[in-house]
Amino acid sequence: MKLLESGTELDGFTIEECIHSGGMAHIYHVHYSEGARDPGFPLAMKVPRMTAGDGAENIISFEVEHQIMQILTGSHVPRFVAAGDLENVPYLVMEYVPGQTLDHWLEPSERPPVKGLAFLGAAVAIAVHSLHQQNTCHLDLKPANVLIRQDGSAVLLDFGLSCNALYPDLLAEQLRKAVGSPAWIAPEQVVGVRGDPRSDIFAVGVMLYELATGELPFGSPRTTGGLRQRLWMDPPPPRKLKPDLPEWMQEVILRCLEPEAAKRYPSAAHLAFDLRHPDQVTVTERGRNVQGTGFGVHFKRWLKAAGMQYQPSPLPAHQIDEVPIVMVAVPYKDVTDATLYSLRQAVARSMGTRPGARLACVTVISGSQSGSSSDGSETSLQRKHIAALRQWAQPLDLPGQQTSYHVLESGDVAQALVNYAVGNEVSVIVVGAATHGLKMQRFLATVPIKVAMDAPCTVILVKQALPFEMLTQQAGAAKAALDPDLDVPF
Amino acid sequence: MKLALLSDIHANIQAFDACLAHAREHGAQQFALLGDLVGYGADPAAVVERAQQLMDEGALLVKGNHDQMAVTPPAQVQTVGDTTAAWTHAQLSADQLQFLDQLPLTLQREAVMLVHASVNDPALWHYVYDERAARESLDAAAALPDVRYVFCGHVHLQTLYYRGASADLMKFLPTAGVAVPVPRHRRWLATIGSVGQPRDRNPQAMYAIFDTEKLQLTFQRVSYDHHSAAVAIRQAALPALFADRLELGR
Repeated sequence: MKLLESGTELDGFTIEECIHSGGMAHIYHVHYSEGARDPGFPLAMKVPRMTAGDGAENIISFEVEHQIMQILTGSHVPRFVAAGDLENVPYLVMEYVPGQTLDHWLEPSERPPVKGLAFLGAAVAIAVHSLHQQNTCHLDLKPANVLIRQDGSAVLLDFGLSCNALYPDLLAEQLRKAVGSPAWIAPEQVVGVRGDPRSDIFAVGVMLYELATGELPFGSPRTTGGLRQRLWMDPPPPRKLKPDLPEWMQEVILRCLEPEAAKRYPSAAHLAFDLRHPDQVTVTERGRNVQGTGFGVHFKRWLKAAGMQYQPSPLPAHQIDEVPIVMVAVPYKDVTDATLYSLRQAVARSMGTRPGARLACVTVISGSQSGSSSDGSETSLQRKHIAALRQWAQPLDLPGQQTSYHVLESGDVAQALVNYAVGNEVSVIVVGAATHGLKMQRFLATVPIKVAMDAPCTVILVKQALPFEMLTQQAGAAKAALDPDLDVPF
Repeated sequence: MKLALLSDIHANIQAFDACLAHAREHGAQQFALLGDLVGYGADPAAVVERAQQLMDEGALLVKGNHDQMAVTPPAQVQTVGDTTAAWTHAQLSADQLQFLDQLPLTLQREAVMLVHASVNDPALWHYVYDERAARESLDAAAALPDVRYVFCGHVHLQTLYYRGASADLMKFLPTAGVAVPVPRHRRWLATIGSVGQPRDRNPQAMYAIFDTEKLQLTFQRVSYDHHSAAVAIRQAALPALFADRLELGR
C-alpha cells in the first residue's frame, strides 16, 4: 500500500499526516469526515503494507491485530474504533494515545534514575497484567510498543503478533518457528511456544535491563543459533555494566530474564509488587553477583536446552489465577490470640493450595500516631509493627513463597486496605470478621463489611472458631440485640 | 442469518429439546441436523418425529452411521455401537425408517458443506479426530466449488480446524459461548460436538451456531435433564453403560 495523501477520504475518515512509517504499516492521524459524530478522543489509522512484494505475515498480523483489538478493554490498550475490509482496503482505526514510548528513556540523556526505572517498570507490568487477565499474551513487547501517558500509566501497542487463547492462533504453525523481535523475545518463543504470559515478563526484563544499562542483554541476534543462546545463557549482570545499580534492582531484572519460565515472576502483578516495594525484595546471589554465570552452569543448561521444544500453554487467565497475591489484614490492637490464630490458619489454607502465591501482611495504624518522617524512611513505630507482623507470620512457614510486611497509615482502616488491594493487584483479601470478643465491636465490625463491599477481589472473612454451644449462645444474644428495623447489608 | 448446527442427538429427547430452546433464545433462524438422530438413547421415535417437523419447517438434514444402522440393523452385533440398532429399528414406524433411509450423506448450501463424518468418502464414516483427518475432509470439500466451511459431527467433541501460518491444519479447542471469527478468505472445519452423548467429561449437551452475516462460529454448551435421559435408558432395559455415560459425560 503506497502512502496515503493528506486529505484523502477513506470509509468516512479523513486522512491527516503520516506519523509513523514502519516495516509493517503506516500510521496516520485521522478524523471523522464532515458531519460524523465526535468520538471524544483523537484517532489514528494503521494501514498495513500489503503490496505484492510484502510477505503473507503482514496480512496475518493485520487479521490477528483486528481480532484481538476488538475484544480488549481497559485503559492499557488504545480503544478500537473501526476496521477496513481485508479484501478492499485493510486498515484499523483506533484511539490515538498521546505520550512517549519507552524509546524516549533509552536516550543517554534521558536514562531514568533507579526510582524512575522502578516507576516505569511497575507501570508496564500493571499494563501487561491487565492484558493477561484478558487471556491475551502480547509476545512482541519492546520499547517502541510501550507508551507512557502523561499521568505515568502505560499503554501497550501493536498486537500483530499477539495471541488470545479464546481464538484460533493464526500465527501458530506446525513447524513452530520463532515469531517476534529477536532482541526481546523469550527463550520459549524461540522454540515456538506462543501463549505463556511469562514470555511477556521476559520482554519486560529485557526492557528494564536496557533502561538500566543502555545495553541489550542478548544483543540483537540475526541467526537461529544466536537466538537459541538465551535458552541457556544468563546475560552479564547489570551491575557489572552499571556498578551503582542497587542489588534489589538486579535481582528483579535477572529474575525476569531467567531462561526457564518457571523461575521467573509467575505473574506481572508479582513483578509490579517488587518494583513498588524495593525494601521487600529478597536479594539472593542473583542480585549480588557482578561476575556473571560460570561456564559449568551454562554448559549444564546448554545440554538441557538442546532438548527443549514446543509445549502447549494453558489459558493465561487461569495460569495467573494460580499465582495470586494474597493479602492478610492483621489487626494490632483489640484482638485476641484466638483470632490471630484463626487468621493464620486461613492464610495457611489459602497459600497451601497455591504454591506460586505470594503473601502481603498488612497492618493499618492511624496516621497521626507515627509522626511519619518526611523522607519516607521507616519510623521506629513502623519498625515495631513490622516486627510484630513478622512474628505473627513466623509460624506459617511458607518455604519458597514470598512474604512481605507493610504498615499503612490511615484514619480509615477499610479504605486503606481496599486501596492497597487495588494498587497491588491483590487477588484475595483475608480479613478477620471481628464479631466477638472485642470491646470496640460496634466500631470495628464495620471494617470487614466495608472491605467486603468495596474490594475488587475475593474477600475471606475469618471467624474465630468457638465450641458449638458457645456459638448458639452468641447467636441468641445477637438476635436479641438486633434492631428489627436495621437494614443489614448482607 | 443464524444457523444452529446440531449433531449426534442419539435419541436423547431431553438434550435435543434443551438445545433447540437454547438456540432459539440465541436467535437461531435455521437448523441443521448433522446425523445420528438415533442409537444409544431411549427416545428414537420422539427424536425422529421432532426432526421431521424441523425438516418441514426448512431444516437441513444429513444421514449418520447410526441412522443407517437403524434402517438396516447388522445381523451380528460386533461393536458396542451396534447393540442398540435392532432395538431402535423396532421402535420406529415404517414411515420413520423410510425418512431416515432417504437422508442425503452430504448437503451443500452456498459456502457451507454439511456432513456427518468426513467429506472424504462420507459413506465410510471416517472419524475426524486429528489434523490429518480434518485435512482430508477439507481437501475433499475444496474440490467442490465455493466451499469455505465444513461442519460435521461423529466424534462427539468440539474442535475447530484452520490453516495457520503454514499449509498444515491447526487444531483449536474452543471455549463455549465465545463467538470465534471465521472469515471467508480461509477454509474452516468444525466438529460441532454431540447433543445427546457428550464425551469430554462434561455432561452438558453440545451444539454450535454459525452466523452467516458476521461470519462467526459460536460453540455452545447446554445443561439439560440428563438424569431423566439416563432413567429412560435404564427403563428401556438398554445397556446401563449408555445411561452411566450421560451422567459422567464420557
